[in-house]
Amino acid sequence: MSLVTHLPGAGVRKRGRRPTAVGGVGPLGLGVAMLWLSLIVLLPLAAVTTRAFDNGLIGFWDAINAPAARSALILTTVISVIVALINVVAGTLIAWVLVRDEFPGKRFFNALIDLPFALPTIVASIVLLTLYGPRSPINLELNATRPALIIALLFVTLPFVVRSVQPVLIEVDREAEQAAASLGASNRTIFRRIVLPALGPALLGGAGLAFARAIGEFGSIVLIGGGIPYETEVASQYILKQIEVDRPVNAAAVSVALLAISFIVLLILRTAAARSRRHETGS
Amino acid sequence: MITVDTVSKRFGEYTALDAVSLEVPEGSLTALLGPSGSGKSTLLRIIGGLELPDAGVIRIDGEDVTKVPPQRRGIGFVFQHYAAFRHMTVRDNVAFGLTVRKQPKARIEARTSELLGIVGLAGYAERYPNQLSGGQRQRMALARALAVEPRVLLLDEPFGALDAKVRAELREWLRRLHEEVEVTTLLVTHDQEEAMSIADRIAVMDNARIEQVGGPRELYDRPANPFVAGFLGAVSQLGDRLVRPHDILIETDALDGGLEAQVQRVVHLGFEVRVELMLTDGAEVSAQLTRQTVDELELAHGDIVWLHAAPTTVLPDAGPDAAATVDPGPEVAGERAA
Repeated sequence: MSLVTHLPGAGVRKRGRRPTAVGGVGPLGLGVAMLWLSLIVLLPLAAVTTRAFDNGLIGFWDAINAPAARSALILTTVISVIVALINVVAGTLIAWVLVRDEFPGKRFFNALIDLPFALPTIVASIVLLTLYGPRSPINLELNATRPALIIALLFVTLPFVVRSVQPVLIEVDREAEQAAASLGASNRTIFRRIVLPALGPALLGGAGLAFARAIGEFGSIVLIGGGIPYETEVASQYILKQIEVDRPVNAAAVSVALLAISFIVLLILRTAAARSRRHETGS
Repeated sequence: MITVDTVSKRFGEYTALDAVSLEVPEGSLTALLGPSGSGKSTLLRIIGGLELPDAGVIRIDGEDVTKVPPQRRGIGFVFQHYAAFRHMTVRDNVAFGLTVRKQPKARIEARTSELLGIVGLAGYAERYPNQLSGGQRQRMALARALAVEPRVLLLDEPFGALDAKVRAELREWLRRLHEEVEVTTLLVTHDQEEAMSIADRIAVMDNARIEQVGGPRELYDRPANPFVAGFLGAVSQLGDRLVRPHDILIETDALDGGLEAQVQRVVHLGFEVRVELMLTDGAEVSAQLTRQTVDELELAHGDIVWLHAAPTTVLPDAGPDAAATVDPGPEVAGERAA
């Protein structure tokens, strides 16, 4: 054994290893993560994108511009935006009550929030159909209407905003709110100028997740929505129908359009969230 | 002027304030001094309207504000951890109170710039709080509180989160600022040195009560009880008397009587020298001498000496439970007081 191996620096070089910082990632970890992401996420996405353009760019455009396809895509996007907006308000309110108020059964209600997550979406559809479908016990028959779509999507996407906002709200600096009060700010002003900016990134994140989930939702609306073309047929239902009538290229094209909408919206919201978070880190 | 009249507050089983009364004179800088859990922060928060008392009355300039919300009390409140509005620039932080009062733009601009100048942050107006040091953030918080020209300024351990050097600088700075602005100020602290160096009046609190109120010198020289004596400075027990360590006289012969003791250790701390002694009954006593005195006496480990209390010392007698109360010791800095 040579003397060189006793020098720590030389020993490291001999085994051809670079030292990894504490908490850092070695080349192996990085490689595995990238490979996994590629196999599980990127490869299928690439496959469907390729399929979507089987009939060329014009074929793709014709597929998503067919009247029924266009109608389904627009309906899906508009309804998803509405659902995300409603959830931002309702989810913030629920998170607020769960964090700031003490009331009997609070733990029960807190657990209840996650139920739409845990519930199989087809079960959600049946649950909603029982309440709002034919022979509705509350005499509110919404079966196969657009409000029914919105209610179903609100149901399954509620946890996203609540669970995004809740931890941030717990961490909000209560003393900053008290300082604002001592400076004369009303409760409304305190919420608007002190609390809301702190919640901003969480709200945008939660809204993005709710939107992305709503735009692709299938199970929870398949029964209550009715799937009436030009009326209540959402993009996912249209895609299934195209598969059933053996037009896989059309199905792939609409899928890629959905993917693109989802991706663009998430990108915009992430940029906005990063911007509103910038000052907090002082960069 | 702030008047606290027999205010009580309980949190469940815990009594935070037990019929506390206090007057903070107009224009004074008064310190509320006490160990953590003594109720001093609760009292400050009740004066500020951030907490409601169970009983009693708070008056500011004679007006009963007990049920007035903090927004309309005319107070400025400064918190230990700055309570900065993190998404606003330093300028917007300072201007906040004026903005919500819908003051004219030009006036807000002028007043904000003036205050940023006073607290030495003129060049930092467009920065965000996270780009400031702790000391700068606290100065920003002070400017923000002063911007609305409050009737009283309430400071809750304002320097508790800062390191020792910055703390000393800010103390000195606050004292000068107070001479300049002359707003009635109440400052909560657990640090007796801070209270003594900054305040013209000190109210010492312990166990939900105010033990004594007076000037720093008065409290140090004539404490009302062993707790106040011990909290404002070190005390040693000589027989049944409490004595400040610098009021212990050491003789190397027994001519005038005195208590016999043996030198355990001589610790040189620069100008002052701490002599640790053991009495014949085994009790330990710490005396503080000048270097010159120690050199003249030629004190060394193992010497037998005789101790006297200097005639100037007027501390209260040690009660039966004196041993438990003479040494509360300063708390860990930054600890949140209840």
